[in-house]
Amino acid sequence: MNDLLEGIVKAFQLIFSGDPTVLDVTLRSLYVSGAAVLIAALWGIPIAIFLGLKDFRGKFFLRGLFTTLIGMPTVALGLILYLVFSRAGVLGFFHLLYTPTVIIIGEALLVTPIVVSFSANALAAVSSEIRDLARTLGASEDQAFIAVFREARDGVVLATISSFNRAVAELGVAQMVGGNISGFTSVLTTTIMNETAKGDIALSVALAVILLIVVGSITLTVSYFQGRRKWA
Amino acid sequence: MGLVVELRNVSKAFGGISALDSINLGVEEGEIYALLGPSGSGKTSLLKIMALLDDPTSGEVYYGGEKVTEKNVQQTRMQATMVFQKTAVFDTTVHKNIAYGLKLRGMPEDQIRKEASEALKQVGLEGFEKREAKNLSGGEQQRVALARALALKTRLVLLDEPTANLDPRNASMIEDIISSANKTSKTTFVMATHNIFQARTLPHRIALLQDGSIKETGASADVFSSLSRTLASFAAVDNTFTGDAKPSVSGTTLVDLGNGVQIEMTEAKAGKVSVFVDPKEIIISRKRFASSARNVLRGRITEVKDAGNVVKIIIDVGKPFTVQITKKSLAEMKLSLGTEVYLAFKASSVQAI
Repeated sequence: MNDLLEGIVKAFQLIFSGDPTVLDVTLRSLYVSGAAVLIAALWGIPIAIFLGLKDFRGKFFLRGLFTTLIGMPTVALGLILYLVFSRAGVLGFFHLLYTPTVIIIGEALLVTPIVVSFSANALAAVSSEIRDLARTLGASEDQAFIAVFREARDGVVLATISSFNRAVAELGVAQMVGGNISGFTSVLTTTIMNETAKGDIALSVALAVILLIVVGSITLTVSYFQGRRKWA
Repeated sequence: MGLVVELRNVSKAFGGISALDSINLGVEEGEIYALLGPSGSGKTSLLKIMALLDDPTSGEVYYGGEKVTEKNVQQTRMQATMVFQKTAVFDTTVHKNIAYGLKLRGMPEDQIRKEASEALKQVGLEGFEKREAKNLSGGEQQRVALARALALKTRLVLLDEPTANLDPRNASMIEDIISSANKTSKTTFVMATHNIFQARTLPHRIALLQDGSIKETGASADVFSSLSRTLASFAAVDNTFTGDAKPSVSGTTLVDLGNGVQIEMTEAKAGKVSVFVDPKEIIISRKRFASSARNVLRGRITEVKDAGNVVKIIIDVGKPFTVQITKKSLAEMKLSLGTEVYLAFKASSVQAI
């Protein structure tokens, strides 16, 4: 208990004194997870549009597959990527193992099922009703699609926030393919784990507090703007 | 006066299951046309085809005498608009909901504002422009949907069960709006309904739809004057019974409904008959009282159903009778489940169908 209290006090000292390690690790976490979510959204949202709005054989299976993959254990994915990107692996010639780039790729893969599954559900939920409504009011197919997407936007935004939170809070991928190289690939979660193992509880608590603040404030900010936003 | 829309041999199947079978109908300019039928009879499918939102599996649709083709469908769709049963409003303000279709038609901003506020006035929602549509009550949302449709000033407005989920006050308000828009702007309406009372008063003509085909069609007064058994069987009407009729000594007809229940009606009938008693025409009392009502039945309340401003009470008199009264009456008479009550209605309130 003492460790925790002391840790919290010291944590705030570290945060407010602008400790370089804290700053470095936090910024890298934001960059890596942000880039991962951006990539996941870029390929995930088109897939979600396809799965949510089109009818085809095997659609049920594909949607089920993406939903199942949401629960993918991060260590398992980390291990697969390690094998793929290690020197002897299929993609070993890229020499990406233990770089921020491979963490971004790994986290993007990790959160893609969240983006796809949540967005596809949101789109499918409003799809036929809003499409018909827009068309009967005079919209072309393209304009009707925009109306559907606009109505589903809350769901798509939620998918993106959930993805970011999952990416920033995951440990398995970042540790296994990033290697927690101080000043190069260390992120919040890997540093917390390693500093705790080394006995630097204060730094770990400080980083844990920051991690909670990051996750909490992003969610709060987005919900605030969602509550205020108006349909253009 | 020409036909606004005409369907020729229209059939529709979903995955091999037939929803509509060789429908032929024409809607005249300026009329209110009702499609009356039970759930699943194909009303919505028919409306969606008329609204050009769905293609028929076979058959043709004509607008103003011109055949609708793949080429002109988008343009022709602008001539009609549909209001859905499950109220769909865009998740935005009331104004933007109404402005949506006007904007697509390229109307300038200031004129949109004028038209939108006029449409809101028409449905009794003046000053609602800035309200969030999703925060309104069901009845208000339905009126927004109606205003949004009327604002487009299309030749044809298609309504799918416009009052099905509404309380009587909102329902009658919607009916008034439809009727006045039809009279003042000569808007043509096609409405789907399973409400036999609505079909009796609002439309000029009706078509009875059952299992995807039209069973009867004509002026509503004519169709209802010979209220057919098909109509009664699918209109899901409370208080429809079958029984044996025979003339009574007092000159009326006595109908034995079975289970010890006999009622009198003025119409002369004999043999097997179906009869209907309007739930609004039955008086309910806790004590038997002297009146001119030829029918007085004793029973117990078995069910009380909330229907907005009014309640429907089911009373078992040997046969289940539905009586419609106001909430105030329910409270004042201290009626509850199991209460013993008397029902009274005139012999002339019993209609043979």
